[in-house]
Amino acid sequence: MTDLLYLVAVAPFTDMAGSPAFLVEVLLGGVFAGLMYSLVALGFVLIFKASGVFNFAQGVMVLFAALTLVGLLERGVPVVVALALTTAVMVALAFAIERLVLRPLVNQEHIILFMATIGLNFFLEGFGEMVWGANVKRLDIGIPDRSFIVRGVQINQLELTAALTAAVLVTVLALFFQKTRIGRALRAVADDHEAALSIGIPLKTIWVVVWSVAGVVAIVAGVMWGAKSGVQFSLSLIALKALPVLILGGFESVPGAIVGGLIIGVGEKVGEVYWGPLVGGAIENWFAYVLALAFLLARPQGLFGEKIIERV
Amino acid sequence: MIYREAGQFKTSYASDQAIFPIAQDRAVVLLALAAAFVGPPLLATEYWLQAILIPLLIYSLAAIGLNLLTGYAGQLSLGTGGFMAVGAYAAFKLTTAFPQVSIVLVFLLSGLVAAGVGLVFGIPSLRIKGFYLAVATLASQFFLVWLFNKVAWFSNYASSGTITAPDRAVLGVTVTGPSATASARYLTALALVTVFALVAKNLVRGRVGRSWMAIRDRDIAAEIIGVRPLRTKLLAFGISSFYCGVAGAELVFLYLGSAETQAFDIGLSFLILFMVIIGGRGSILGSVLGAVFIVLVPIFLTNAPHALGLRLPVALQKQIELMVFGGLIVFFLIVEPRGLARLWQITKEKLRLWPFPH
Repeated sequence: MTDLLYLVAVAPFTDMAGSPAFLVEVLLGGVFAGLMYSLVALGFVLIFKASGVFNFAQGVMVLFAALTLVGLLERGVPVVVALALTTAVMVALAFAIERLVLRPLVNQEHIILFMATIGLNFFLEGFGEMVWGANVKRLDIGIPDRSFIVRGVQINQLELTAALTAAVLVTVLALFFQKTRIGRALRAVADDHEAALSIGIPLKTIWVVVWSVAGVVAIVAGVMWGAKSGVQFSLSLIALKALPVLILGGFESVPGAIVGGLIIGVGEKVGEVYWGPLVGGAIENWFAYVLALAFLLARPQGLFGEKIIERV
Repeated sequence: MIYREAGQFKTSYASDQAIFPIAQDRAVVLLALAAAFVGPPLLATEYWLQAILIPLLIYSLAAIGLNLLTGYAGQLSLGTGGFMAVGAYAAFKLTTAFPQVSIVLVFLLSGLVAAGVGLVFGIPSLRIKGFYLAVATLASQFFLVWLFNKVAWFSNYASSGTITAPDRAVLGVTVTGPSATASARYLTALALVTVFALVAKNLVRGRVGRSWMAIRDRDIAAEIIGVRPLRTKLLAFGISSFYCGVAGAELVFLYLGSAETQAFDIGLSFLILFMVIIGGRGSILGSVLGAVFIVLVPIFLTNAPHALGLRLPVALQKQIELMVFGGLIVFFLIVEPRGLARLWQITKEKLRLWPFPH
């Protein structure tokens, strides 16, 4: 019994103190992984904020964007043109989704819209693979997957790039939401659909805009994940990775997605490295969920979620 | 329906509260049930029983279970696969440890084990609601599947981690394991679904079901009028998990024969949730209709190109199947968000007035 207690409560910490460089490496790895999760979670948050739709298809949108980009690159299209074309495809997708899925389902309950996005998930998965093929593809955008060492800590260049991209993306999005006219309209819609409609904000346009923005975020996430682990079907499963981030940070909060991602990323890595071996490893599948659950029990609306005020 | 209830007077409370108050309805349902018990074992081929009817019944049971939780009590859950896994592994452990215990009893006991696990994972529902809860239930899904994968004790230290249904008999007829006939397994599944559907129907008509619906519709208001949220929600989680657990045990023992944890992955949870949504939330009949739809559509999609004389590459066909399946789900949600059960209800009301439109 004391042995077990020692293994759980003491040994991991002595390990940490024993090799601080390794600890920093683990923490950094967690931060990078967390930012990658945040990239996916961001897409969820944008759509949930503006339309109250819990978009399960975000993961497949990431896959779809990456597949399109790789497909174009393989056909010899220059990188810049391919990125522009992929963006165009994602915007077209946003238009199609608004017209074919969201508009007929307007005013339905949340769970119905959620289900519809799962249907969309299946559809896009089949469609993407039909157009671009199902085999694993390598995505090379010119960032070397090399590591360099700073004061004894190994840093991966690709992960660093991804982290910086995420930071830039969040800043741009924050500015977009705070400073531009359309960003204000988005926030108004997020606050109250009906009130926004009554002062003349076109809901349809807003939805197309927000799904397009989510599509662009999906491209960025797709590029980063694709460069890291290849473009393949399993890419769509990162949606499941992003969900704990989402509930931890709160569905409506952009900063929440980032902070949540960091907490989950770091928590997961630290848990896996220091406590994982105790229970036989491979705990990353559920550890994030349990971590998020623990936070939720203290704060049911997530860290940054809007306070839920309930009335009869 | 096309027949009228004219002249059938209710003279007692019992007849007023009957599940099927109209004599013709009762007759039709009883006949359909009798046909279901007698027909397929005599007429259906092995393929029909094994590939369509048995999974249909098992999924129906799981869908009824999830419908109690999601449709009636309003707690969105994505952990169905995990609870079904609990049922399956509990049944496996119980029947290998106590081979002499009747397999039906084992099913019920494994349902109880699943109910216990469901109660534990239902605790967050007291604090968390809606999509937050849905994501939180995913924790149970991933954790349970990981647990059964990691701890070899659950699969009796089988090197492959597979659990295999042994031969077990009910009333002298082998109903599980490799030597059981498809008919025997079909009849067992049908009997269990019939009994549990009846129980579920009565549950939701009574005090328990009403308190679930009160919580679903407006939980704070329900609390104010004296429905206890703690008990009600946990009861919903427990009973729903019981159903899912029995369905999970059946899935391995009556349908698959042997299974690994992959059989209970997140895909299964979504599949059952689809059945509930497509069939109709808050309807026992809807759960069954949803299961019929979700089981039959992929089989239809697989066979349709063949029947049309099209020769498609396997990969392409798989992709088209996915697209059509996804498209159909969106289509059905747009046409009737309240599900197939609602369509059936509308049809009945139309037929009742037929041939007059109003």
